[in-house]
Amino acid sequence: MFWSDWAITLTLFTPLIGAIAIALIPSKHEENAKPVALVVSIIGFALALGVLAGYDFGAAGLQYEVDIPWIDAVGARYHIGIDGISLPLFVLSYLLTFLCSVYAYHHIEDPGKPKAFLALMLLLQTGMAGTFIAFDLILFFIFWELVLVPMYFMIGVWGGPRREYAAVKFFLYTLFGSVFMLVAFLALRFTGNSFDIIALAELGQSGEFSQTFQRLAFLGIFLGFAIKVPMWPFHTWLPDAHTEAPTVGSVLLAGILLKMGTYGFVRIAIPILPEGAMDFAPIIAVLSVIAIIYGALCCLAQTDLKRLIAFSSVGHMGFVMLGIATLTPVGINAAIFGMIAHGVITGMLFFCVGSMKERYHTRDIAEIGGGVLQTMPKMAAVFTFVSIASLGLPGLAGFPGEFGALLSAFRPAPGLADDGLLTFYRVLMVLAAFGTVLTAGYFLYMLQRINMGSAPQRWKDAKLADISVIEWGTWLPLLAMTLLLGVMPFLVWDITTPDVNAIMSFFTG
Amino acid sequence: MISDYAWLIPVLPAISAVLTMLFGKRMKGEGAEFGITALAFAFLLSVLIAVEVFSANIDAVAAVEEAHAAEGHAEEGDHAEGGAAEEGDHAEEEDHGEETSLRPGTPLDGVVIAATGLEGLNLAAEGGEEIVIPEGVSSFLNEDSVSLGLLGEDFELEAGQRIDGLAAMMFLLVTFVSLMVHIYSTGYMKGEPRYTYYFTLLSLFTMSMLIMVIGNNMLQLLVGWELVGVCSFLLIGFYWEGRSNQHAAQKAFLTTKFGDVGLMVGVVSLWAQFETFNIGAIIDMATHGEQAAGAALDTGWLTFGLIALFIGAIGKSAQFPLQTWLPDAMAGPTPVSALIHAATMVTAGIFMVARIYPVYQLSSAALAVIAVIGAITLFSMGFLALVQDDIKRVLAYSTVSQLGYMVAALAFSYTAGIFHLFTHGFFKALLFLGSGSVIHAVHSNNMKDMGGLRKYMPVTFWTWIVGTLALAAVFPLSGFWSKDEVLAGAFTQMGYTGNLVWILGGLGGFVTAFYMARATTMTFFGTYRGTIDDHHPAPHESPGSMKYPLILLAVLAALIGFINLPFDQFHPTGFAAWTMFSLEYFEGHPAHFYFSLAGGSTIAALLGLGLGWLMYREYKAPEEDPFNNMGLVTTVLQRKYFLDDLYSGLVMHTVRDRISPAIYWVNDHVIDRVVYLAGIGTRALGRGLYKVVDQKGIDGVVNGAGTGASWTGGLVKFAQSGNVQFYAGAMFIGVFVFAVLFAAAA
Repeated sequence: MFWSDWAITLTLFTPLIGAIAIALIPSKHEENAKPVALVVSIIGFALALGVLAGYDFGAAGLQYEVDIPWIDAVGARYHIGIDGISLPLFVLSYLLTFLCSVYAYHHIEDPGKPKAFLALMLLLQTGMAGTFIAFDLILFFIFWELVLVPMYFMIGVWGGPRREYAAVKFFLYTLFGSVFMLVAFLALRFTGNSFDIIALAELGQSGEFSQTFQRLAFLGIFLGFAIKVPMWPFHTWLPDAHTEAPTVGSVLLAGILLKMGTYGFVRIAIPILPEGAMDFAPIIAVLSVIAIIYGALCCLAQTDLKRLIAFSSVGHMGFVMLGIATLTPVGINAAIFGMIAHGVITGMLFFCVGSMKERYHTRDIAEIGGGVLQTMPKMAAVFTFVSIASLGLPGLAGFPGEFGALLSAFRPAPGLADDGLLTFYRVLMVLAAFGTVLTAGYFLYMLQRINMGSAPQRWKDAKLADISVIEWGTWLPLLAMTLLLGVMPFLVWDITTPDVNAIMSFFTG
Repeated sequence: MISDYAWLIPVLPAISAVLTMLFGKRMKGEGAEFGITALAFAFLLSVLIAVEVFSANIDAVAAVEEAHAAEGHAEEGDHAEGGAAEEGDHAEEEDHGEETSLRPGTPLDGVVIAATGLEGLNLAAEGGEEIVIPEGVSSFLNEDSVSLGLLGEDFELEAGQRIDGLAAMMFLLVTFVSLMVHIYSTGYMKGEPRYTYYFTLLSLFTMSMLIMVIGNNMLQLLVGWELVGVCSFLLIGFYWEGRSNQHAAQKAFLTTKFGDVGLMVGVVSLWAQFETFNIGAIIDMATHGEQAAGAALDTGWLTFGLIALFIGAIGKSAQFPLQTWLPDAMAGPTPVSALIHAATMVTAGIFMVARIYPVYQLSSAALAVIAVIGAITLFSMGFLALVQDDIKRVLAYSTVSQLGYMVAALAFSYTAGIFHLFTHGFFKALLFLGSGSVIHAVHSNNMKDMGGLRKYMPVTFWTWIVGTLALAAVFPLSGFWSKDEVLAGAFTQMGYTGNLVWILGGLGGFVTAFYMARATTMTFFGTYRGTIDDHHPAPHESPGSMKYPLILLAVLAALIGFINLPFDQFHPTGFAAWTMFSLEYFEGHPAHFYFSLAGGSTIAALLGLGLGWLMYREYKAPEEDPFNNMGLVTTVLQRKYFLDDLYSGLVMHTVRDRISPAIYWVNDHVIDRVVYLAGIGTRALGRGLYKVVDQKGIDGVVNGAGTGASWTGGLVKFAQSGNVQFYAGAMFIGVFVFAVLFAAAA
């Protein structure tokens, strides 16, 4: 079967080929990079939709699987495949890249250079997509690291005033975590004699790894993923990177890159090291709840609009990690939903904020001074809608993941509850629920300062353009998804549930 | 069955919201026609459903009575005599031959009711007599749902309908009041630049409430509940240019959201026990003393969940101590206030408790909390209306206080609680729309600018009088019957909570009458205190679009009480039967009628009305208001018992302006500092270990990546800038440390 054998490989490398093609465009015809990137990303997205269409939704386990020898010397294999946990993120990454290439027609930050920018974006796409379908630790690691380079340049070249600091911090901090992760991967290789994620998971769940080993290996992997998520207190690279990154960079960073960390927990850390996960789960839960409350409080203190949105990710990823830390199918399902929802909503928020910054030439809330409802009513309406989605209004995409996390935290995995941790988790759940009030608080406070009130005269005089056609084109799919996922959460859960149940069978007994 | 189409009721306003948003501006009526049409049809459907549901419920009660009578004949003699002898103890029941009270609305002191089936069950009636519900007879229930997703095996999202007497009653109330508000708004909001936006929100708001009302599961209830919250945020902040309006909108949302934490925790904790959100399933299991998978009910966690849910109601239904948002919510357009106060939003909490009433009955602790909170609210909040000069604020505090009556009633009787909700919906909508009519005429909310308006706006005046008398519970208007039912329910119950409620409730009646007389006198009597000159025409009666809703509402406010007269012969065919929770919970004798109690509260009301009129008929200016000159009392009342100072001043200020910046400072100066120092430290270590040549670019980690990257030279510089060196250094250390650890582990 050509399609089932080649589909995801083709989808995976299409952006890479596109990136090379763009790099070959002569500099004087640089503008041509935009249509090329658009076509490539449309092809990529179409292929991803093809993968989605050919996916057997009822089944658990890998589909489109390819498993061939790759680097024999170390035993690394080209093992890729897609299951219900990978699929939503995989498709989302193609959707966002496609939308970003549309948005590039509207605006690319200084110094312009669409050729370099779009080539990097497509390279990034291959890295992101590869991370979600790799089932070999070395392959996974390569894609994981591959993502860093284009993002580093995106932030460092097209970013805001402190771009270089932010870029280096992003790069080094993530690398720092990766190192420990790599060591743990190597340790798994030497203990389990394989780099294969599926094989290692079988070993791990059959009790092949000693408890001490599990704890240590989990710690190493934890550091790598926790920094990427980022979990509190490893989050400080995030506000800088997000704030300084160009709009497209922020969208992809929030939309996909952060999910690589949470995905890693679900795909690698928990299935392979279940006992380690059991030991770490309460710690992760505590850090998550701290992140929720802490993130919200930091948001309240922000004077920079983009930084505020950036900090909101800390809290939202806190809910995702809380779901994961319950080690229940409901929690993991909620976490995956939360990842998708956060990708869509926060991606959209960064689009909004990017477009505002482009018009106002400032991110400072006080300088914008309110009254966007007067100067750009459509922009204000969209911004309100997305903010309300982000604060977790039922019926919109932010709610199911958040609520599912709370739900599962009230009744964590039997093993955790047996350990006398039930009350502990329930207290955390109530605290996290209070976090939703703070979240609502900072979003409303932001809307008040940005949207409401009378616009300063200078902005009224400036005759700011409301949402452009290209912007509508970029945003409408995300806005529609925000509503659709909120009303029909089963669109995601029908895909994820079989595989989540399968990988969580160790904990559910 | 017509109730199969109940889902249309929330869908209709949803459609009208979308149409108004998309095409409203292009329409002749600027979009208002969509909302009015949708609500008119929704109301019509509600009426049809109500007829179906209510008549089915009456039939069910009749069937039980018939069967019981037949059984009585069959068994003859001693049984009937014993029954009669016992019934003799209850004076009010004597004239009523048949005992239909299957389960009196009493809390069961935490005792879990023994296993019962929904049909054919045996229950001890009030006289110790067993009433058998015959096979196949049950109250009306049309439940249906579609699945929206399944997580694992025990977490199903569904959208569904649970149509029973309660839902049918709420449909009637919500759609009717919303329709009136829609029509009224075409006059009141005329010329408003955001007219279309307003009507979109109005439809959306109604839809949200109806989603909640129709729901067959707790999660849908939560969804509608939160949607109502957001719509209210948008509507209260409708005039978003003004700072105080922005604050009012935020306050409404955040205060209720604070309560929502309770709701969320409650819903989740019920799920944790019953593994379902389905209301019917939860009630079924709980009343059988079971939780999921047949395990025994954990009454401790059940009480926890019920109280948590009630905290949600405290927020949404503006109960003490979370009531502070409601008076500020007056910042929205007046018709919206009518909608919020009468039919939607604030009734949500009452509805939620009523929706799972049998479960609440299992926990006497939860019911006690409800009674006490209700009693505090109904009594304390009325006083705050005494110092208000804003006509809408007077009404707002009266709403808070009346909600207290409803909540307190629920501690004793399901029927009393929802009956007061029902009647209050009509007369409070009437009063708010009346106040809107006044404000429309004099362009001020402040009663000091009013006076003598009865001459200028007779329709508004007379309808207002009907509303006032109904609210003051004057015989025979609707408020009289419903409030009496509340007090009588508590009075029958006795116990400390019962006594608390009927005593405070009776006294509260006096306060209610007094502040309404004060507001009425200040607004409609005396002489007009505004200016009438060339630029300020004399106040005039409002247009027909506003007048007719007032008249309709006034008729209902006057008469609606007669559907639930507190005499036994009316119960099997009246409101109590229409809206019964189910046959097992039919309150055949919800409340006895006590002439002393009804008479006493009527006298209190008349006294209050008279005194209010006497004290304010000479009113000229706020300075003369006795309640503004009572020193400490005035201060306490004007400061709203200092709760606002506590929340806005202390809590919000501290969190937003003190704690948040402090946390953020810690973020930048502690957590990030550690990262920064670690970066420097590792770099130094790397240097020491490798002594590599290039020393220039390394500062990148510290102060802005010295060399900086640009696309052309970036890659090269990147390789030279020391980052790779750092990578190697960090890697080395990491591998080393970890390898040592792994070696130790092995």
